[in-house]
Amino acid sequence: MKRRSRLAEWIVTTPSLAWLLLFFAVPALILLSFTFHGHTVNGGVAEGWSLTTWRALADPDYPAIVWRTIRLSFEVTFWCILFALPCAYAIARLPGRFRALVAGAVMLPFWTSFVVRVFAWKTMLHPDGWLQTCYAVFVRAREWMCGWLPESVREFLAWSGLVQAVPAGQSAATILDSETAVVLVSVYTFLPFAIMPLYTAAEKFDFSLMEAARDLGAKSFYAFRKIFVPGVKQGVVSAVLMVFIPMMGSYVIPQMLGGTDCVLVGNKIFMRAIQNRNIPHASALATLMAFSVLVPIALAAWWRRRQDLRDKKRLADETDRRMAMGGAA
Amino acid sequence: MKKTFFAQTVLGAVLLFLYVPIVFVVAYGFIPNGISMQFTDADGEFLGLTTKWYRQIFTDAPSVRSLLASFWLSVEVAGLATGISCVLGTTAALALHKWRGRLQSVHHALVYTPLIMPDILIGISLLMLFVACRVQCGFWTILIAHVTFCVSYVAMTVLARLQDFDDAVLEAAYDLGAGPMLAFFKVQLPMLMPGVVAGGLLAFTLSIDDVVITSFVNGAGTNTFPTYVSSMVKHSKNLPAVFALSTLMLAGTCALVGVSKALVNMRQRKMA
Repeated sequence: MKRRSRLAEWIVTTPSLAWLLLFFAVPALILLSFTFHGHTVNGGVAEGWSLTTWRALADPDYPAIVWRTIRLSFEVTFWCILFALPCAYAIARLPGRFRALVAGAVMLPFWTSFVVRVFAWKTMLHPDGWLQTCYAVFVRAREWMCGWLPESVREFLAWSGLVQAVPAGQSAATILDSETAVVLVSVYTFLPFAIMPLYTAAEKFDFSLMEAARDLGAKSFYAFRKIFVPGVKQGVVSAVLMVFIPMMGSYVIPQMLGGTDCVLVGNKIFMRAIQNRNIPHASALATLMAFSVLVPIALAAWWRRRQDLRDKKRLADETDRRMAMGGAA
Repeated sequence: MKKTFFAQTVLGAVLLFLYVPIVFVVAYGFIPNGISMQFTDADGEFLGLTTKWYRQIFTDAPSVRSLLASFWLSVEVAGLATGISCVLGTTAALALHKWRGRLQSVHHALVYTPLIMPDILIGISLLMLFVACRVQCGFWTILIAHVTFCVSYVAMTVLARLQDFDDAVLEAAYDLGAGPMLAFFKVQLPMLMPGVVAGGLLAFTLSIDDVVITSFVNGAGTNTFPTYVSSMVKHSKNLPAVFALSTLMLAGTCALVGVSKALVNMRQRKMA
């Protein structure tokens, strides 16, 4: 009987296991092995093991691109969470019938093709278009505000790349083919993926806690920040991962809207793999990306486990206390 | 109501932000000037609207033939990938649900990891496999790639459905004399069907929309709808036709969802 069950397990498991081993695990190993080879001029992989590929990653080009990818991923994640939190809150507080409707409305833009939506943005952001006019005003306003900041802060912003200075004499930078366009359209693309997990968490949130906080004198925003946000923190962690990870691997949006200045790791991988046929370099960059994605995932898993343990401990302490009190009475 | 006013304002603004590009996708399908992609001429005069791009699509005009070919290739790939990944995903979910042990923890890791990795990594590593095996990229490599990322989504959807499944129903079937095959096909599979269908729909949408993975494994000359559109960045003659076709796809999806909602409602009313 036991042996038959074992056989049944293998029969049911084999199709998917074999497929994923062959087309997911094995390719990953091949990719890893390619990073320990050099490349040949005609686009092949050189014979013999070497570390030249890994050493080549220190090329000043690559660290700058990696840094830009990480910085933009943080920026996009920040904006997505900032806008998604009030959205999730507002949807969860709607009356029941509207709630499903509005939650559906958030996902509806996904019924059109992703590339077509990015293309629509590309057309809308055209230098003759109305969005360019809005952007020019925004750049002027930002410049004026930066003028009030102390010199050291301005230098730091320019150095980190958070605010790019507009070269003197130019009227205003175009929004198309700039980092701003990439951030804008990335936020547009990933915002629904941030709203959904937050909304799921907000739906389970007990809003009477907010009433209680307000009855005790908390201002609305204070209650939102101190009661609601910690209450949906599981959702926040999911939302951060849902935005941050695909953003680290982003390549279509920078390719179509970023121009030559906003090359991310994803673009570099594509360039190396398809255009200039440097397979080992593409593999090494991909390996680097895989590891940098694993860091936030591992952190989130560790944080979740710690939360669980803490909740359990708190529950146990509470039980002990009650027992002791019961004993005293 | 005052206490949610600020959040509702943000929600309204975000919905507007999400829908403006969709409005433009529809509008660009009626634009007369396909080169400048502006609704006005140099003097700011409004140029009117046209249905010529729709006429081109419906009459299969030569200028849109490669666009339509890429669209039908996408449908074909998505259909096949959905079928295969539904079978593989369902068996994967059954195995993960029924058994525990070392084999299943390896299996689970293999099913779960593609979900958390950026798409581009699946694309590049499959390309490396095809390079190492000296396989010519084309239709079959695209299909293999699509099945690979769809399996995990189907498996997770069906697994969620299995968690609510009452195993006592299967016991009852066995007690009534059904063998494992009969019990599976006559009892368990029909009850799992909504999960399989939901997973299949997800797989179809992901497959028909995928550009990242496909652009690594499509080889020269084979284009699905998304890779065809993204290749138009450099030479965009038929842009309005792309937007017209997308509008038709959007309308088709809306109609499908509407009809299926109506059918479900009708069924529920009949049952009640």
